[in-house]
Amino acid sequence: MSILECKNLYKAYKSGKYVLADMSFSVPAGKIVGLLGPNGCGKSTLIKTVAGLLMPTKGEVFVDGIPVGDETKALVSYLPERTYFNSQMCVNELVAYFKDFYKDFDEERAYQLFADLNIDTRARLATLSKGTKEKVQLIMVMSRRAKLYLLDEPIAGVDPAAREYILSTIVGNYDPESTIMITTHLITDVEQVLDEFMFLGYGGQILMCGGADDVRAETGKSLDALFREVFRC
Amino acid sequence: MAWRFNEHAPVYLQIADKLRGSIMTGEFPPGGQIPPVRQIALAAAVNPNTVQRAIAELEAEGLLYPRSTQGCFVTEDGEILARMRREAAERLVTDFVSFAAELSITKEELIKMIEALKATAPAEMTEINETTEEVKDEHSGMQESV
Repeated sequence: MSILECKNLYKAYKSGKYVLADMSFSVPAGKIVGLLGPNGCGKSTLIKTVAGLLMPTKGEVFVDGIPVGDETKALVSYLPERTYFNSQMCVNELVAYFKDFYKDFDEERAYQLFADLNIDTRARLATLSKGTKEKVQLIMVMSRRAKLYLLDEPIAGVDPAAREYILSTIVGNYDPESTIMITTHLITDVEQVLDEFMFLGYGGQILMCGGADDVRAETGKSLDALFREVFRC
Repeated sequence: MAWRFNEHAPVYLQIADKLRGSIMTGEFPPGGQIPPVRQIALAAAVNPNTVQRAIAELEAEGLLYPRSTQGCFVTEDGEILARMRREAAERLVTDFVSFAAELSITKEELIKMIEALKATAPAEMTEINETTEEVKDEHSGMQESV
């Protein structure tokens, strides 16, 4: 069964312009999917709709066969593009908060990841750098045992060494039962962890999709090179 | 440290090459078990399904064979191992010669240079595998910049 399914999904904001238009796709379990496209093409809108934060204008979205709503929020672990934590909390408090809030939160895993990345869990979030805050947020999100992970720009603000560590965390967290959807502009960095990719064009349509590694066999180009070609300005 | 991949060939084929290399150098000896998919995926920082695909490729060639619950093992069939070695050598030489041709180095010059090498460094057979790997990497990197 598919973990994520969108059927004829439309989304328009107040202006009436469609950000997502007639989008239909499904993603099976055990896949790492890259959602790629130029700025403003609707990647974050799609992710937020799947996370249940935005209501579709038309169409349906299912997570693990259940229409998106309160019930699916327990199945979805969402990393927003901005940090939303209370900056007066320290990391330890945040862990307690998540543990209380999400049944599937794995505390041990979170502390292991904090230790690996040398993050002081007694530090207040306000005292951490932007990149460190992003790491904390990603660790919190990846420490849940969710069915679907939605990662909106997970590695944009972190240094290359941590980026590598984060990608291997994503690979290490791989579970054949769950699916990960990642949006990013750093295609070269994520390319090798992806199973599938989706190119989203302006107007909210899927321009191209397929196996990430098949691109090279079929076109002789990396996904990054293909992206530059398809979205040439 | 994640493995480095070039931009042109599919990643699964590059992983398959890397595993072939490890079999040839004896890191994974004939009859020995190779590490589980997950471990290779973590070391390489690639998708486990991609590693699985590379292993499937080597299984199709008869280099690896799965043992139901225990994992994946290297064949003990000498003929298959010899063929793999020969094919790898052929690929290396083809790449080497075509790259030399791009630099307008003739075959005769190349042969002379190789023989001169042999005369100066006769006893370094064990390092040959590693150095040729490096040459190959450099080669693909340079092609990119050409």
